[in-house]
Amino acid sequence: MFAASDLRKGLKIVIDNEPHIIVDFQFSKPGKGQALYRCKLRNMITGSQFSNTYRSNDKFEKPDLEERSMQYLYHQDDEYHFMDTNNYEQLFLTAEQLANNTNFLTDNMEVSVLFFNDRPIDISLPIFVDLRVTQADPWARGDTSGTDTKPVTVETGYQLQVPPFIEEGEKIQIDTRTGEYVTRVKE
Amino acid sequence: MTTLAGLLRQRAAVVATIRRFFEERGFVEVQTPIRQSVVIPEAHVRLLEADGKYLQSSPERAMKLLLSRGCEKIFQICPCFRGGERGRLHLEEFTMLEWYRKDTDYQVVMGDCRELVEYIAGALQADDGWAAVGGAPDKWRWLYTTVESGFDRLSPLSLAEVLRRDCFEEILVEYVEPHLGTAGGEFLYEYPVQDGSLARTRSDDPGVAERFELYIRGIEIANGCSELTDPVEQRARFSRQCARILAEQNIDIAMPEQFLTEIAAIGSAAGVALGVDRLLMVLTGAETIQQVVPFSVAE
Repeated sequence: MFAASDLRKGLKIVIDNEPHIIVDFQFSKPGKGQALYRCKLRNMITGSQFSNTYRSNDKFEKPDLEERSMQYLYHQDDEYHFMDTNNYEQLFLTAEQLANNTNFLTDNMEVSVLFFNDRPIDISLPIFVDLRVTQADPWARGDTSGTDTKPVTVETGYQLQVPPFIEEGEKIQIDTRTGEYVTRVKE
Repeated sequence: MTTLAGLLRQRAAVVATIRRFFEERGFVEVQTPIRQSVVIPEAHVRLLEADGKYLQSSPERAMKLLLSRGCEKIFQICPCFRGGERGRLHLEEFTMLEWYRKDTDYQVVMGDCRELVEYIAGALQADDGWAAVGGAPDKWRWLYTTVESGFDRLSPLSLAEVLRRDCFEEILVEYVEPHLGTAGGEFLYEYPVQDGSLARTRSDDPGVAERFELYIRGIEIANGCSELTDPVEQRARFSRQCARILAEQNIDIAMPEQFLTEIAAIGSAAGVALGVDRLLMVLTGAETIQQVVPFSVAE
């Protein structure tokens, strides 16, 4: 159990039987009044955010969370299948659960799957992934129109802005936290 | 970005100016023991211990004993300690200014507060690194808002309603405090007696305590009141606090008997506790209290 005095940014607690992470935290103690612990929380399953204020004697359950390294296999419609390479156990998460992460998943990619009470709820991707450009307009050399980026599509279907010299068939590195282009990958 | 040397100069200038202000007005600077074997029971303060005694959470008890023993106008600048209080506006160890006047009431020390802040802000104007709130101090707007009218103006619920629902503090910090003192200084005054603590109640309304808080830029800077000097009423309030501390923290706080014996001799008095670090925050435009102290908590 956590006490209210343990609350801080980044702490994970159970509220209404679901794991939540504190994304913003403020300690308040007005005048001669009691201490208040003001939290902005994100539901780790649904992603929804809300604010709540707790008092000194409030108690919080610690969520049973576990991370396991797994391999991404394939997706069929909205189901994304992963395999534990130690025991070959397979499971899937839905596109809704994965949200933007589906933009960066390629076959055989190693990801970290987060379990709450032995149920998969989310994944963490590597910070940088290399993806092949499958569609890009050719760069017209000497183009002086002034634009310094152009849109391309990568193998997962994700679209992003890249420098104009990137060509179809090349690999580029993308930061999965921002979804932005980092560099061209030499092969 | 203020350098360490610059910060220390600013702190020293504020402390020196506070001393000059009170000396010019005939106050005597006092020192009282920082470690105490007897404390005022306050359910919302977690005491820190040092070798079998408590580190003071405020010099209030000791300074009032000085009043009862004949002192008239006294002030003190000292470290105070409150366990578990860490945040943008809180340090477990912080610097407090307290002053007390005999034969007077809270309205007079409210005047002291305003004069003091104007005096300091005026004295420091010429220096670099001071962020005058809303321009020069003579341009500040000073507002006087009763707690009841503050809730009427800023909160979705009336004062009576928040007291009934037991969410006074929650609504205060969420809706009221952030909007106080945005154009200078704002006094929030006449608190419900539940939050009266050591304050006298109004003679014509026993539900209202003669207590105030000064806010600048939404930050609570000072707290003051007409001192309760009725030992019977004070004992009753302490008993309630002791019972809560025993129930919530399992600590048996001894009744401050000496204090109860002596407060009647004070007659009437008023006093203020002002957070020196927070005053530095508003004078320098700092966003957190850590920015105005020279050492981090870890150090």
